[in-house]
Amino acid sequence: MNPPTIVFLSGKGGTGKTSVTAAFAVLGGHQVLADADVEAANLHILLAPRVEEQGEFEGSKVAIKDDSLCTRCGECREACRFEAIDEEFNIDPWLCEGCGACVHACPVDAIRLEPQVTGHWITGTSARGPFAGAELLPGEENSGKLVTLVRQKARQIASRVETPWVLVDGPPGIGCPVIASVTGVDGAVLVTEPTVSGLHDVERALGVVRHFGAPAALVINKWDLSPATAERIESWATERQLPVLARIPYDPAVPRAMVAGKSVVETDPEAPASRALRDAYARFRQLVLG
Amino acid sequence: MRRRGPLLMILAVASGKGGTGKTTVAVGLALALSETRPVQLLDADVEAPNAHLFLDVTWTGERRVVTWRPRIDPEACDLCGLCVEACEFGALARAGEKILVFDELCHGCGVCRRVCPRDAITEIEVPLGKVQVGEADGFPFARGVLDVGEATATPVVHALKREIDPDRLAILDCPPGTGCPTIASLRGADAAILVTEPTPFGLHDLKAAVSVARAVGVPAGVVVNRDGIGDDGVLRWCEEEGIPVLARIPFDREIAALYAEGRNPARESATFREAVLAALAGLEREVLA
Repeated sequence: MNPPTIVFLSGKGGTGKTSVTAAFAVLGGHQVLADADVEAANLHILLAPRVEEQGEFEGSKVAIKDDSLCTRCGECREACRFEAIDEEFNIDPWLCEGCGACVHACPVDAIRLEPQVTGHWITGTSARGPFAGAELLPGEENSGKLVTLVRQKARQIASRVETPWVLVDGPPGIGCPVIASVTGVDGAVLVTEPTVSGLHDVERALGVVRHFGAPAALVINKWDLSPATAERIESWATERQLPVLARIPYDPAVPRAMVAGKSVVETDPEAPASRALRDAYARFRQLVLG
Repeated sequence: MRRRGPLLMILAVASGKGGTGKTTVAVGLALALSETRPVQLLDADVEAPNAHLFLDVTWTGERRVVTWRPRIDPEACDLCGLCVEACEFGALARAGEKILVFDELCHGCGVCRRVCPRDAITEIEVPLGKVQVGEADGFPFARGVLDVGEATATPVVHALKREIDPDRLAILDCPPGTGCPTIASLRGADAAILVTEPTPFGLHDLKAAVSVARAVGVPAGVVVNRDGIGDDGVLRWCEEEGIPVLARIPFDREIAALYAEGRNPARESATFREAVLAALAGLEREVLA
């Protein structure tokens, strides 16, 4: 039987997704782990996996034109819907979507599509279990496809080893990489903070999670930075029938642990954040494994 | 002494890591500058647009952003499969006597319609998101919003950037990350403020953000937000790389509490206001000179 896959999301960045994922990984002991935040991959900083396999990722194609064949007829420019071809018929690789409309439109076959390396993936072993991750090369496209690749690697590993679950540290936002992270998961942990932006964005993230039919639970991180807003988020969660795993207090021990390259539950198990994370983990375990 | 005219036309406020304080800095700058200089604020974080939460906005207009999806006429289709072959995104597949369209994989490029020899494909318009324009606290404000469940944020960013007023300093609150929506926001900016926090996560993602800014040729300086919470890795790295640190904003529970309730610290904290203005002055002096 396939172990359940759980993704950690937030909508808004910087609410503590990675710190919560790492804490659950430490408390979980041994399991398959994946970092799907391929544009700002940080989980490896806390889990220090030893790399065993790695590879390049060809995520997209880009149109290349042979100027010696080009007759400047302009068909390509007309065909391109991404405004990637200028008045001089130069192709802008940043705007090129790699769709090939120009290739099909060109009457003299002057344009071809070439695959681009857009990222790197790794698999390896951390002290908390097997690890799969990837990083998009800065400025490249198609982070969604790279997320899908990371999840495939994690699933392959999970089919070979004993693991209670696969924990996936997800990206912020609600777009392409988030959709790739949430498709087909068995559950989502939404990590938010008690700010107007935290609530606004977690609401959108919950929309995406429910759009894909996955059950979700909420962690309110740094709750005491604004108890009144935390209260508002809790009543919002109740209205939306979203279980709250725990409120975690703002705790300077968390960035201190990060500087040490560890999770706060390891470096400072009696810190207020660590106690709250243990409560959150116990409820999480109960919800996922029964 | 008054300057002769702004050196800066488009200023991007960006970061690799989310939640470092981009929106606080972008909104704070717009508020602090609006008394002395014509500014405009654009929220390009279309997946998680938050700037309006800190402003008193009156919306005056709204435009839908759309894309296209193919629909296949089964009467006209002879199942030749040329469309399936031509689609670079795997959005079409043949299943028995039918061509299936996977809307969520479609990029709306129109290649399938172009290659269909029997004109069996038409395209329908589908909504992706919207651009809203309005007035906020004495300056023009616009934001892009991606619809929940949609994947492609970039067209919404492009549509938003058409609202840039060339007679004002346009401040763009960019999405986090290093992918397409970030590139779409950053490109064409005259300079960027990269907001980070002094932690290993902040440093790791700042390095990626600096690579992106370099790749698209936008000169950048760094603002260290929540100074004091972590270590000096960011400062050391910026020094090694010769990247100017424009301002350091100390971590302050009071600023965090203001932000939590939707109040921008530029209105209530002189320290914060001075820090963002110093960052802009530093950017004009060190990066654009």
